[in-house]
Amino acid sequence: MTAQHVRTHSIDVSSILRDQKQSTEPNEPCIKVENLNLFYAQKQALHGVNMEMPKKKVTAYIGPSGCGKSTLLRCINRMNDLVDNVTIEGKVLLDNENIYDKAVNVAALRRRVGMVFQKPNPFPKSIFENVTYGLRIQGINDKRILEETVENALRGAALWDEVKDRLNDNALGLSGGQQQRLVIARAIAIEPEVLLLDEPASALDPISTLKIEELINELKEKYTIVIVTHNMQQAARVSDYTAFMFMGELIEMGTTSELFTNPRKKQTEDYITGRYG
Amino acid sequence: MDNSKIGQHISGQFNKELEDVRNKVLTMGGLVEQQIELAVTAFSTGDLEMAELVIKQDNQVDALEMAIDQECMQILALRQPAAFDLRLLITVIKVINELERVGDMAERIAEMAIQLSSADSNKHDQYYELEHMAELVQEMLHGALDVFARMNIEDVTTITGLDANVDREYGSIIRQLITKMMEDPRNITRMLDVLWIARSLERIGDHACNVCEHLVYMVKGEDVRHLTQEELERKMKE
Repeated sequence: MTAQHVRTHSIDVSSILRDQKQSTEPNEPCIKVENLNLFYAQKQALHGVNMEMPKKKVTAYIGPSGCGKSTLLRCINRMNDLVDNVTIEGKVLLDNENIYDKAVNVAALRRRVGMVFQKPNPFPKSIFENVTYGLRIQGINDKRILEETVENALRGAALWDEVKDRLNDNALGLSGGQQQRLVIARAIAIEPEVLLLDEPASALDPISTLKIEELINELKEKYTIVIVTHNMQQAARVSDYTAFMFMGELIEMGTTSELFTNPRKKQTEDYITGRYG
Repeated sequence: MDNSKIGQHISGQFNKELEDVRNKVLTMGGLVEQQIELAVTAFSTGDLEMAELVIKQDNQVDALEMAIDQECMQILALRQPAAFDLRLLITVIKVINELERVGDMAERIAEMAIQLSSADSNKHDQYYELEHMAELVQEMLHGALDVFARMNIEDVTTITGLDANVDREYGSIIRQLITKMMEDPRNITRMLDVLWIARSLERIGDHACNVCEHLVYMVKGEDVRHLTQEELERKMKE
């Protein structure tokens, strides 16, 4: 090699190093939970929970059964209001507005905060009717708008290609994984800000699970997502932030990469590594 | 922090797998230590058989490295470990790489011992510094392996602190060798061989330091590579 072929400029690696740092920077919070206590009759299920969930990021709640993950999730769209004998203290702020204020319209709140459950629960109607259900009860019946929404929502839920030729078939004829994506399409059809996912993939086979996870990854471009999962590897794969809960308390919350490689609390470590608590 | 950390999983099989990896690393460490001991003795006594043995045994070090690597990969794939377990396996993969390199250094010392024994016979007292340097790096490596066995990083800075002494000895050996080469150019070939040995020992000290750094990551989860001794001491006090 002659001297003129020798590269004299050094290769710039600063952008790679910068990328690594940026990924850990927190976004502005979308949901803030402040001193939240929740009682089912006499039994306290949440103990003074404080946390912030950043905008357009995925936050996962992990913890053993009965630790309060689902309860906390359901506080974010006031689903617990439907349970008898529930007392809730503290605040949940959505865009700096306390959703437990008396002035808040709960139906409007739930339009902003969509929810998907463990078992797919499509309505026994056509695929088309399932996706447009939310719009119809808002009084939107313009066929053009409805068709456009259906296509966008189904595309958003990565289901369009599989069902575009049978939109009028009954939704119950879809597979479990497809039903779950249909339910997600139904949730995003009304363009919420936040999506709450309560064990969205635990009743699905591994491939459908991966599709849902891939979908979550795409959905976070537009929505703030909070997911409850029993599957720790799933939390590790899909979330940006992870919160570990135990016995109704938030033990530790941090970036997922930090929490799974170097947790600060021993309880977290014992749980994620599968040790005796 | 103690090694009972390994044995508390709900899955007993997982406990066994981690324990097995740990034991294999300690075995490999023991073998590498023995290789250095033999190589250095072969050099200072001119025992050719011993030198041959070191060269022959190096493939065992290599085989252990591959076996442990394979085992770690299996566990990573099948168990998806997290937190300390994950750091333990990643650290093991790095530590055995360092140990394998140390094994190569021992082999090189043995090779030089063979070359030198045909060239001169009365070297015992000539290379006193070299023997002292060998003692130092053996102490460092032993200390590093001890840290791994006990999973206690208290002594890490003491061990890495010895590296400055090793480097000092290395510098003084080089000066002596240069002097001897200038005294009589016929010495040059032999002195170059001795230089290789000194260089190998110096590298062993570096590898021992690297092992220590990996172990700090394993225990504390903090990356302390590429720090000066002072920076490391400060970090360890935090």
